[in-house]
Amino acid sequence: MEILLAIMIGVLYAAGIYMMFRRSLVKLIIGIILLGNGANLLIFLLGRLVKGKPPIIAEGSKYLSEAYADPVPQALILTAIVISFGLQAFAIVLIKRTYKVVKTEDLDQINTFDEFE
Amino acid sequence: MTQQLLIAPLLLPFALAIALMFAWFHIRYQRVISIVGSVASLGLAIWLFGRVWQGGIISLQAGGWAAPYGITLVADTLAVTMVLLTAIVGLAVSLFASGSMINQRLRYGFFPIFHLLLMGLNGAFLAGDIFNLYVWFEVMIISSFVLLTLGGEKAQLEGAVKYFTLNFLASIIFLTALAVLYGLTGTLNMADLSVKIALIEQRSLVDVCALIFFVGFGIKAAVFPLYFWLPASYHTPPPAVAAVFGGLLTKVGVYAMMRVFTLMFTRDPFIENMLLVVAFFTLFSGALGAMTRNNIVKVFSWLIICHIGFMLAGLAMYSELALAGAVFYMIHDIIVKANLFMLAGVTNKITGTNKLQMMGGLYANYPKISLLMAIPLFSLVGIPPLSGFWPKLSLILGGIEQGHWPLVAMILLASFATLYVIARVWAEAFWKKQPEFERPAGFRYFGDYPVLKRVLMLLPIGLLALVSLYIAFGAVHIQTLAQRIAAELLHPEAYIEAVLGSTKELMP
Repeated sequence: MEILLAIMIGVLYAAGIYMMFRRSLVKLIIGIILLGNGANLLIFLLGRLVKGKPPIIAEGSKYLSEAYADPVPQALILTAIVISFGLQAFAIVLIKRTYKVVKTEDLDQINTFDEFE
Repeated sequence: MTQQLLIAPLLLPFALAIALMFAWFHIRYQRVISIVGSVASLGLAIWLFGRVWQGGIISLQAGGWAAPYGITLVADTLAVTMVLLTAIVGLAVSLFASGSMINQRLRYGFFPIFHLLLMGLNGAFLAGDIFNLYVWFEVMIISSFVLLTLGGEKAQLEGAVKYFTLNFLASIIFLTALAVLYGLTGTLNMADLSVKIALIEQRSLVDVCALIFFVGFGIKAAVFPLYFWLPASYHTPPPAVAAVFGGLLTKVGVYAMMRVFTLMFTRDPFIENMLLVVAFFTLFSGALGAMTRNNIVKVFSWLIICHIGFMLAGLAMYSELALAGAVFYMIHDIIVKANLFMLAGVTNKITGTNKLQMMGGLYANYPKISLLMAIPLFSLVGIPPLSGFWPKLSLILGGIEQGHWPLVAMILLASFATLYVIARVWAEAFWKKQPEFERPAGFRYFGDYPVLKRVLMLLPIGLLALVSLYIAFGAVHIQTLAQRIAAELLHPEAYIEAVLGSTKELMP
């Protein structure tokens, strides 16, 4: 399972970076989304995968006696997903506005104000 | 009781933002609430600074969850100094925005979002938990995206695409580094990390992790070679927004680096060499960029990059003297850079342009305002005894002490480059006679504004100039402060004890 996840994370990062290098605004956003998902999965994987051991203390005992699934990475991922959701929503509105104003989605054209002044 | 009040610098801007949202269509009320609230924030920050200065590090375990399991807020001297500087710049920008910003932009909600940005900044400075730091970074950048695009002009949108992409990318890299760090140590509390990272045996993995953190923070701090988003976007928003960005946002990246590379990652030659090389080239490329631009705001943007190099150099040298220089430089830089962007806003309103060739005649037409503007301009250069001089002295002495000759030479060169650039700005914009050119129709010149607005634009420049003068002539006080911060950074035991100390005996 770890190997599979590791390969998938690698593919997500690679695909995300590839998409970011394209010249289209839409592909740029897709690239960012893929990278974000890759990062979330990475937290999940590096938080150690433990199957079928919820971190619930049995009645009567005070501590968890055996190995358990760490709940912290899941809390982190949840936070990160919510944040990136907000940012992605903003990004999509931003590219829509940019497209309307600049009338192109080619990143090479979006530097009217960047020449040496 | 003091501990609980540590959360006040986060709650106050949040409450202000909510109050401002209720006054959404009443711009006049918004101005008053924002200015009064900023004064209150400043009072709070001064009080907090006083408590930490006298009583040492304060930490708050949110919800009573003992560290390292809960979220911790920590106020050490560096954190409260940054909160204080944020409050000073926040007040200045509040005043400046009330005077300079057009009503259409204010109606889109500039003030509420501005206070949310300040909340993000305060949160980032007080966070004692690295994931919490990530969350505050996000609060900060999403507010900054909105501020940058407010108004929706073509130039702004184009700048925003670059700013957004690279800052979002930086967040993802930061998150990746967090994942690796959590995998290595199983904790996120910075004090706890400081203890646990030292125990890891696979140092190469730790170095890789440090490198990922460096790239993430490096994009935010605009260091070489990750700075390209900054000069592409900072000249596009209105001057009040550029002032907050230029003064505070890149410094958060530097602050995060100072935390991470003193508290968490202990020094080894790899990290040290990397920081030295990056500092060298940041100084070099920033100086070159500033010398070749002809737009006053772009010149200042490139100077931000150049001067990030000074702080990085101090961090790279890692002696108490050099680190104190870096902290001193940061204090001076936040005040002066925020002031410069406001100054550029006023010169734009006087001359009707940002292009240096087209500007001119400022000194002939407005001699008093020009003299006021001379203070931040020449403070930046660091002509003794103005405020930029003292930290550079510490940095150069620190560099000589340790024999980092190339870096010392580059610091001197970058200082001369800054002198050249500012002298050029002074000669072009202030002394030269303004050439005739087609004035944009319907442009509102400085003289057309009512007196109150003009005062509101000049007051914050005067306020920050006064602070700069205090930093210059009260340099002993600032140096004492900077040395104390440097000592705290180099000996994080007190920080660790303030966070973990009380919980040691609770651990099973």
